[in-house]
Amino acid sequence: MLFDLHYTATILPLLAQASLVTLKATLLGFLLATTLGLALAILRMAPSRWLRWSVTGLVEFIRSTPLLIQIFFLYFVLPEAGINLDALTAGVLALGLHYGAYCSEVYRAGFEGLPKGQWEACTALNMSPLATWKNIIIPQAIPPIVPALGNYLVALFKETPLLSAIAVLELMQTAKILGSESFRYVEPITLVGLFFLVFSLVSAFLIRWVERYLNHR
Amino acid sequence: MNAPPAPTLASGVPTDPHDEKKTEPMIRFQGVGKRYGDVKVIDALDLEVAPNEKVAIIGPSGSGKTTVLRLLMTLESIDDGAIWVDGESLTHMPRDGGLVRADKQHVRRVRSNIGMVFQHFNLFPHMTALQNCMEAPINVLGLTKPDAEQRAGELLKMVGLESKVGNYPRQLSGGQQQRVAIARALAMRPKVMLFDEVTSALDPELVGEVLDVIRRIGTEHNLTMLMVTHQMGFAKEFADRVCFFCGGKIAEQGRPEKLFGAPEQERTRRFLRAVLEAG
Repeated sequence: MLFDLHYTATILPLLAQASLVTLKATLLGFLLATTLGLALAILRMAPSRWLRWSVTGLVEFIRSTPLLIQIFFLYFVLPEAGINLDALTAGVLALGLHYGAYCSEVYRAGFEGLPKGQWEACTALNMSPLATWKNIIIPQAIPPIVPALGNYLVALFKETPLLSAIAVLELMQTAKILGSESFRYVEPITLVGLFFLVFSLVSAFLIRWVERYLNHR
Repeated sequence: MNAPPAPTLASGVPTDPHDEKKTEPMIRFQGVGKRYGDVKVIDALDLEVAPNEKVAIIGPSGSGKTTVLRLLMTLESIDDGAIWVDGESLTHMPRDGGLVRADKQHVRRVRSNIGMVFQHFNLFPHMTALQNCMEAPINVLGLTKPDAEQRAGELLKMVGLESKVGNYPRQLSGGQQQRVAIARALAMRPKVMLFDEVTSALDPELVGEVLDVIRRIGTEHNLTMLMVTHQMGFAKEFADRVCFFCGGKIAEQGRPEKLFGAPEQERTRRFLRAVLEAG
C-alpha cells in the first residue's frame, strides 16, 4: 500500500508538534513584518531627504535579495560579528525583515491613497505629526490594505519551510527527519502539504472576515 | 474719467480716509511671493487685514486667491516676503537680533490663531461629527474629553446639527458636512477664520444653509475672516472689503458697494460682467 495509515497515525503527533513551531515562526515573523513595514513606510515619507533615500535603499536591498540568503546571513554570518542567534530567532528575524520590506510598500500605497485634504485638515487643526499619523492617517489607511497584508501573511507562512535550512524543527525539517529515519517520504511530505493547504485556506477566510468587519464598521 | 488714486500706506494698501485710529493689523502680508516653477502665483503681495474685519477675495481662476489662504494656513511655503499674524511673524522668528526662517514649533504656535474651512470639507471619515470636533481640542489644546465634548456639542448646536452629532460624514449631506467642518475649525477658538470656496462643492439648494452659518459666526464671534468666494451676492452683503485678485496681485480692492457698484479697473469690470452673465 502506497499510503500507510498506521505509519501516518504514529507520525501525526510529531508533525502536530512541529506545526506549532511553524505557526509560531509565522505569527512572530508577520508581527515583526507588519510593525517594521509600518515604521519603514512612515520613514519613507519623512521630511528629511537623506532619511527617505536611506530607507528606500534599505527596502530595495532587502526585497532584491533572496530570503534564503538572508536567513543564512543572520544565522551563519552574524556569529562572526559576535552576534549569536538561535535558529528560530534568526529565522523569525529574517522572515520579519524580508516581509517587512514588502509590507512597507503596501502601507505606502495605503498612505498615498488618502486624499491630500486629510493631511491639510490636520495642519489646519494644528495637530502634531504623531497625532496626525496615529489618529487620522493610520486608522484610515489600514482597512483598504488588509487584503494585501493578508496575502503576505499566507506567502510568509508558505516560506517557513526555508527555516529547515538552518535546522529549525518546523514542519518541513521534522518531515525530512522522519523520512530519513523510516525511508518513507510519502506520508510526512503529504501531511505537511495538507497542513499548509488547510492553514492557508483558513487564513484566507479569516482575512476576508477581517476585511468585511473593517468595511462595515 | 479715472478717479484719483486712493492714498496708500507704504505697503500699498489703500487707507480709508474715514478710519481715524489705526489698529495693529491681525494679518499682514509683506511683499509675499510664491512661485510654482517659473510661474509666479503670488507676486509681491502686500495685504493688511484689521482685527474683526471680513475680507472677501474674488478673482478669476488661477489668480492666486486660494494660494493666499493656503500660504496663511502654512499649507504652502512662501518664497519671498513675510506674513504676520496678530503682531507676530508666522514665517520668521527672531534670533540673534535678526529674523530667521521660523522653525516648526514657532509655526505651530503662531498658526494656532488660524482656522480653515475647505472647499471639500476634509472631514475625518472614520469619526462621527462630534469626534471630528473633539479630536484637535483634545490632542492639541489638551482639553479633557468631557470639556471637548461639551465644546463640540455646543458648536454643532450652533451650526444646527445637534441631532447629527453621532453621524459619520458619509451619512450627512454636503451642506451638513461643511457645517461640521466650520464647527470643527471653531472648536480650536481661532482668531482668524479662512474660508476657501466653501460653497463651491455644494448643490445649489445647500449653499444657503452654509452661508447662514458663516453670517451668524461673523456677527456672534469676534473673528477676522478671509473668504475666497464665487458668491458675489454674499460677498457684497457680508464683507467689509472685497479684494479682486488678478495675476497674483490685488488688482483692485475696496468696500463692496464701491467695488461691485463702480469698479475702477477694466479688468474688474470684465470679471464682474462675466460672473453676472454666468448667473
